[in-house]
Amino acid sequence: MSADITTPAHPSRPDWQWHLGVAAFAVAWWLVYRQLRPLSEWITALLPVERHSHSGEAIAFFLYDVPKVMMLLTLIVFAMGVVRSFFSAEKTRAVLSGKAEGVGNVLAAGLGVLTPFCSCSAVPLFIGFVSAGVPLGVTFSFLIAAPMVNEVALVLLFGLVGWQVAVTYLAFGLGIAIVAGFVIGKLRLEGWLQDWVREIHTGAGAPADIDTAHPGMVDRYKLGIAAVREIFGKVWLWILLGIGMGALIHGYVPEDLMVRIMGAGTWWSVPAAVLMGIPMYTNAAGVIPIVEALLGKGAALGTVLAFMMSVIALSLPEMIILKQVLTLRLIAVFIGVVASGILAVGILFNLIF
Amino acid sequence: MKTVKVYGPGCKRCETTETMVRETAAKLGLEVAVEKVTDPKSIAMAGVMSTPGISVDGKLVHAGGLPDAAKLEAWLSA
Repeated sequence: MSADITTPAHPSRPDWQWHLGVAAFAVAWWLVYRQLRPLSEWITALLPVERHSHSGEAIAFFLYDVPKVMMLLTLIVFAMGVVRSFFSAEKTRAVLSGKAEGVGNVLAAGLGVLTPFCSCSAVPLFIGFVSAGVPLGVTFSFLIAAPMVNEVALVLLFGLVGWQVAVTYLAFGLGIAIVAGFVIGKLRLEGWLQDWVREIHTGAGAPADIDTAHPGMVDRYKLGIAAVREIFGKVWLWILLGIGMGALIHGYVPEDLMVRIMGAGTWWSVPAAVLMGIPMYTNAAGVIPIVEALLGKGAALGTVLAFMMSVIALSLPEMIILKQVLTLRLIAVFIGVVASGILAVGILFNLIF
Repeated sequence: MKTVKVYGPGCKRCETTETMVRETAAKLGLEVAVEKVTDPKSIAMAGVMSTPGISVDGKLVHAGGLPDAAKLEAWLSA
């Protein structure tokens, strides 16, 4: 993927061209973004469908939402790619090691959002943290926040459902990571790690010669571009499918279909949503279309958020990976604590809104 | 001959990294023994926290994300 980004054969562009390019892109982005609504209406008007018919509604919705979400995603993923280049697992570990619980949990949840993280390196990261003296509960705060609060989920919620829901998701996602990590820390479960993890002493300090050179701003831009390419490669199909489904629902399905099943009035809907979410495993992009569909059919917001958090934060494949470092008892506690947190958020939400 | 280890549990980026190492070595006409380390325990023991990681002759040179093509050439030909 990045193989074509830098080849020493080409003299690289001067830095000011990069800055100018990024600034020009931002301006162009803003100009186009503001015109999306009229543009989509204009294209819909060109098509041989009645604007206020079912298909007209569906098409207008699709033509507006797809470019909107794609543009938001490009901007935010690029920005996050640049921001993340200032952070690394090694630096985060240095900040967190020896931090007291409480403060440590809050920091860990925040850093979980900002540190580059791939769920495939959850195990090495877990061991790296614990062996360097990061408390177990603080490590969990990091590991819960990192996948749950991610920019793809936030952008899609913002673009498709509204900024209020995105902000709420951010706040409660961080909240659950902080509280669940704190509770797990208080339970003093260090003895429930797999034996080899307790005995391990990795050369705790960051390995000597690793890329500690400070990358320049242009390198950071390149990392941002690489992030955009990677995320788009993963999610574009999901977004098309999801918004397509949303468009159909928007155009055709009667509003209150789901009200009885997933509406706020049904007491068992939140627990059911959390339980259903555990075996399901997909990335944020895969679940948002479902979320949008459910909301569109009248499901209650709390129930839908609980479902979404459960799918993203609690997944069987991840548990199987973590089994290598955690005993089953500890995994059970982890699932129990996080699921209770999600449950509480879901029920609270349905009561408030 | 250099021994290059690529640390990663088998995600897509780790595979891409391994391919990059092999292709770069071939391009430079270098003979290297590429070894893939997928066991999480061994990865952790090597001090790698974010994968993919790369070590050349036992020395860790990279961890986290795809390596920069130019840097990779430098590590292999050093």
